[in-house]
Amino acid sequence: MKGLIHALEPAGPQAAHIASLWWFALALCALVFVAVLGALFVALRRAPRATGGTPPDVTSLHAPEPGARRSVIGAVALSSVGLIALLVASVATDRALAQLSLVDAIGIEVVGHQWWWDVHYDDADPSRTFSTANELHIPVGRPVLLTLKSDDVIHSFWVPNLHGKKDLIPGRTTTLQLQADKPGAYRGQCAEFCGAQHAFMAFLVIAEAPDAYQKWAEAQRKPAREPIDPEQARGRDLFLSGSCMLCHAIQGTPANGRKAPDLTHLASRTTLAAGRLANDAGNLRDWIEDPQRFKPGVNMPAHHVPEDQIKALVTYLRSLE
Amino acid sequence: MSATWDSTVNHQPLDRRDGATGATAATDELERTWSERPGLAGWICAVGHKSIGKRFIVTAFCFFVVAGLLAVAMRLQLARPDSKLIGPDLYNQIFTLHGTTMMFLFAVPVMQAMAVYLVPLMIGTRNSALPRMTAYGYWMYLFGGLMIFTAFAIDMSPDNGWFSYPPLAGPEYSSGKRSDFWAQLITFTEVSGLIVSVDLITTIFKLRAPGMTLARMPLFVWAMLVTAFMIIFAMPAVMLASTMLIMDRLVGTHFFNAAAGGDPLLWQHLFWFFGHPEVYFIFIPGLGFMSMIIATFARRPVFGRAAMVLSLIATAFFSFGLWVHHMFATNIPEVGKAFFTAMSMMIAIPTAVQIFCWIATLWKGRLHLRTPLYFILAFFFILLLGGLTGLILGAVPLDLQVHDTYFVVAHLHYVLIGGAVFPLFGAWYYWFPKITGRMMGERLGRWNFWLFFIGFNVAFYPMHHLGLAGMPRRVYTYGAETGWGPLNLLSTVGGAMIAVSVLLFIVNVVKSRRHGEPAGDNPWGAASLEWATASPPPACNFRAIPVVWSEEPLWEPLRRPTHVSGLAVDSREVVSTTVLDAQPDHRYHSPSPTPWPFIAAIATTVMFIASIFTPWAVVWGSIPIMIAMIAWFWPRAGETRKQLVLEKRP
Amino acid sequence: MSDKPVFPPDRLDTQGAVAGETLDVAQLPSYVFGARGIMWWGTMGVVAIEGTVFAMAIATYFYLRTNGDTWPMGVPAPDLRWGVLNTLIMLASLLPNHWTLHRAKAHDLGRVRGGMLVCLVMGAAFILVRVFEFRTLNVSWDSNAYGSIVWMLLGLHTVHLLTDFGDTLVLYVLMLTGPLEGRRFVDVAENAEYWDFVVLAWLPVFATIYIAPRF
Ligand code: HEA
Ligand code: HEA
Ligand code: HEC
Ligand code: CUA
Ligand SMILES: [Cu+2]
Repeated sequence: MKGLIHALEPAGPQAAHIASLWWFALALCALVFVAVLGALFVALRRAPRATGGTPPDVTSLHAPEPGARRSVIGAVALSSVGLIALLVASVATDRALAQLSLVDAIGIEVVGHQWWWDVHYDDADPSRTFSTANELHIPVGRPVLLTLKSDDVIHSFWVPNLHGKKDLIPGRTTTLQLQADKPGAYRGQCAEFCGAQHAFMAFLVIAEAPDAYQKWAEAQRKPAREPIDPEQARGRDLFLSGSCMLCHAIQGTPANGRKAPDLTHLASRTTLAAGRLANDAGNLRDWIEDPQRFKPGVNMPAHHVPEDQIKALVTYLRSLE
Repeated sequence: MSATWDSTVNHQPLDRRDGATGATAATDELERTWSERPGLAGWICAVGHKSIGKRFIVTAFCFFVVAGLLAVAMRLQLARPDSKLIGPDLYNQIFTLHGTTMMFLFAVPVMQAMAVYLVPLMIGTRNSALPRMTAYGYWMYLFGGLMIFTAFAIDMSPDNGWFSYPPLAGPEYSSGKRSDFWAQLITFTEVSGLIVSVDLITTIFKLRAPGMTLARMPLFVWAMLVTAFMIIFAMPAVMLASTMLIMDRLVGTHFFNAAAGGDPLLWQHLFWFFGHPEVYFIFIPGLGFMSMIIATFARRPVFGRAAMVLSLIATAFFSFGLWVHHMFATNIPEVGKAFFTAMSMMIAIPTAVQIFCWIATLWKGRLHLRTPLYFILAFFFILLLGGLTGLILGAVPLDLQVHDTYFVVAHLHYVLIGGAVFPLFGAWYYWFPKITGRMMGERLGRWNFWLFFIGFNVAFYPMHHLGLAGMPRRVYTYGAETGWGPLNLLSTVGGAMIAVSVLLFIVNVVKSRRHGEPAGDNPWGAASLEWATASPPPACNFRAIPVVWSEEPLWEPLRRPTHVSGLAVDSREVVSTTVLDAQPDHRYHSPSPTPWPFIAAIATTVMFIASIFTPWAVVWGSIPIMIAMIAWFWPRAGETRKQLVLEKRP
Repeated sequence: MSDKPVFPPDRLDTQGAVAGETLDVAQLPSYVFGARGIMWWGTMGVVAIEGTVFAMAIATYFYLRTNGDTWPMGVPAPDLRWGVLNTLIMLASLLPNHWTLHRAKAHDLGRVRGGMLVCLVMGAAFILVRVFEFRTLNVSWDSNAYGSIVWMLLGLHTVHLLTDFGDTLVLYVLMLTGPLEGRRFVDVAENAEYWDFVVLAWLPVFATIYIAPRF
């Protein structure tokens, strides 16, 4: 799945704060590294060579060594200064991160599941809330308040270009505040080991212009498209008659399973199965037929249905813009 | 019969006493007294610190090799994107077993193993204080390791990482017995680690040669003393935690079950309260090796000895206040985080002090550049870099980005391998002559070193970049589009180089044991007591216990009295001294060989493994253990009669 | 520092003499009581370990307490009756225990046997009462986290009661049958000190299990 992913290419204020702290820390550490190894190098060059037979020099046991003493104390003092500087910078950055203003922030609740992301957009008006999965859209320049929960084990929500990570912990609620300033698709990834498919528990955060975002949100609020041709209708009936609806929900149909990603607007997404596959007809079909092939251990059974049925199913799901 | 007891006066004729430094009838008998029994039975009954220490070291090295081969498997899988070589289920077992083995079956035990062999020699005594306990500890360690690899062989080995977080490791999300084997392995290694620590502390406090005041104690012994105390106060936390985990899984308790009032974070607190100090009780013995080896090859005492000792103690002390820096991404209160950042910075200072003192030592010394010193010098490059990335991780905002990524994997290998494994290899080259009586090959040594050093950096340096580029740890594969492929391939190449270098090391050891040039007592011209006796040391370590007058005993002129006399030669007697200033205090009868530690360990193993399958095993399983322990403790009439002859009331 | 004499003369007269080159230790005692002895340090090591385990378990109790909104989680606190009784028995057992300790130091075999017997009887008593304590905890280990930790605390301490009782019993039999030598009195002394630990460790555990939930 395409999507930028690098902690040092910030696309928002939070990641930017952290990146600048990084460059400061890196500079400081590089300095120390060079200084200490430099001293060692000189020591090795200037010290005369010896053998096991060389009589040991035990004068230091009886006479103090003021010179060495002074340099060591000096070096330790300098180090302490450096460490304090780093501490101060770190705490200051922490403050800065907490300062992100949340006026008219978008509230999004993310619930972690093995191994996909359940996404709910809050709204003052309950009828305007909506759910999706594995893909967040956010408007550029507007703060986002993420509420993080877990339905099973510990996961960790991480979009390097936007902010550091925060764990999703069963029995607790954590929050993360971020904002995107540059439009783009940013790759997120579950960072806490969470079992067989931890490796493929990714997601996308798509930051877009406010109006584009509004258009997207409006579309997502709508119930699923009605089938417009018999093939799609057949697909829907198969979906509703088959096992799919036990786990999946499609708004506007009787299907309201909660164990799996909401498929109401599946076709509007970039990827399938938490970033595992590009979202196209071929992949969709392969996925439905045998998810284990792409995500061994995944909590979706294989569905080897007759050729014509799978076609119908796919056409229907592809129609869910 | 009802026994009575009368205090017999000591009527031991003087020729039954040690003290002669040359070969005499008495010293021959002394040697016989301290020798292990012959044959397999003797091997099982062995309680000598040298026998136990040697097999301990070899066993730990084997675990290192196996865990290393697992690492090579991981590297092969990760070498290219979308690799199908190893599936998720196997990969997760492999990385878990790699981490668990390296930490619990290699890094911690190997340091204790080195101490079991070296400490009694360094402090000038004839055996460790509680040798039977040490033997029991070794067997427990061995059996625990065998258990986990048997589990691996039958596809039952743990797969939740070396810190096994619930609820993933709990009853709901890890069905089967995999997590239980992990939790039990912890119990095995804790028992072993704790027992050996108690033995080391007692040995160091009570069996130092007369005159070896604490101030004159070798720095490696100091390091092990500090480490042993850390182990005693840190390991109980994980012992308790793993017991809770296994109870959650087996008898339905709810310690970590949020739904019933438990809390997954409780595990993380308990684990890291142990886990953070743990990484330092891998590190601190490494610091001990550094100080010993640098002094010898710089031909002078380490600069700032007092500062060194204080730094060791400070590191140990601070390390109990750092655990939360492994949990920054959870919802810990901000103030708390700031404190743990501060502590993480603070702990850098004692490390810095030592680094600077060593540099000063080298600066003012005269260098004898041999393989051990090369491995020691690598420490400065690798550990320094790893320490600095540690500081970066200690800064909360930066940690939030790189936590649980390959940046952490890079850090942990830089500090573990740079801070512990390189000094350890140096130590092996350094003490091999003492243990075997032969020098290791210098040319192979250099190849071993350079391949390891270069391979190491090639393998682990790229991981810093991978982490920043968003690669999480513990992923069995990754998509090509992430662009992580090339650096991972490079890292794999590095891993292969390390493998080859380790192979060279094995070759070097095997060759040198047979054909290495004879070492003599003190091939490096070192200062500490282990070099005052033959290589390999006689069964009694020292024909006469030396009396110590200086912190560098072999570098300063002898004074009178030069050594101890008057210990029985026909009974395992050692002189016990006072804790602080090592004044002779009493004659201690050191336990003789016995099979019971071995038998008790087998009984304990049966109980531990059975308890994975039924809680009742704890009940019936402890009966054989009890019997074995009683037989172990129960005095033998003949032995007692012998002791009564030597007995002298306080 | 290396100039300060290592062996003050007074020590040399009493404890063996420097025979020319050597420091003769033949006349030193072959066993000692208390902190001078090896076994004492071994015992203290075990005490330190187990003390830490208790501390951790108690910390866990209060950690879970800050977590749960009600405490004890919807069940009545444990009945005081048996817990208090057992505390009293244990404290009382300190008397014969210490008496035994002193008689051991005096190598007074007869009284040592008597003292140990009394301790054993009291030990049997508080193991029995412990059964009733479990019965009156008013919660099961698998009902909630509170139950789990309370059972764990009481279980941990019970394990110590049992092992300590066992050790004492074995040692008692040994003191009856022999073979005996002076060092066995040191074993008795160490055993008595361990008994102290088991009793003293109970007090914070008692406070946690029985008193804490009432506040
Ligand atoms: C030998 C083992 C060892 C050692 C010595 C260290 C040393 C340090 N470690 Fe590391 N650490 C591990 C082993 C070790 N660590 C392991 C195994 C993990 C991973 C566990 C897991 O998740 O699997 C880990 C993880 C880890 C984390 C958690 C990362 C995460 O999961 O998000 C953190 C965070 O603070 C951390 C910090 C530190 C610090 C501050 C030090 C300091 O002690 C470093 C101090 C030394 C120096 C800093 C160099 C010398 C100093 C100077 C020359 C002074 C001058 C310096 C300046 C002025 C800048 N370590
Ligand atoms: C002291 C500790 C230690 C040591 C020495 C090592 C050594 C190595 N480690 Fe590891 N490692 C850890 C401790 C250690 N590691 C820990 C704690 C983790 C975290 C686990 C977790 O996340 O839970 C980890 C995780 C870890 C990972 C991340 C896995 C993941 O997150 O998915 C990787 C990946 O590359 C890795 C690689 C390596 C490599 C290549 C080596 C190499 O240095 C290995 C070198 C050794 C050999 C290669 C031996 C080869 C020997 C021979 C070839 C001789 C053959 C002889 C005969 C056959 C007779 N380690
Ligand atoms: C037992 C539960 C279950 C059943 C039955 C089930 N699924 Fe799924 N499905 C899942 C889970 C869980 C996921 C998320 C997998 C992942 O990404 O880890 C999923 C993912 C998907 C996805 C990708 C969703 C996304 O947002 O990327 C599609 C499409 C899908 N299922 C279609 C179907 C169809 C069609 C059927 C019926 C033929 C079906 N599923 C039956 C559990 C189920
Ligand atoms: Cu979810 Cu890793
Ligand atoms: Cu740490």
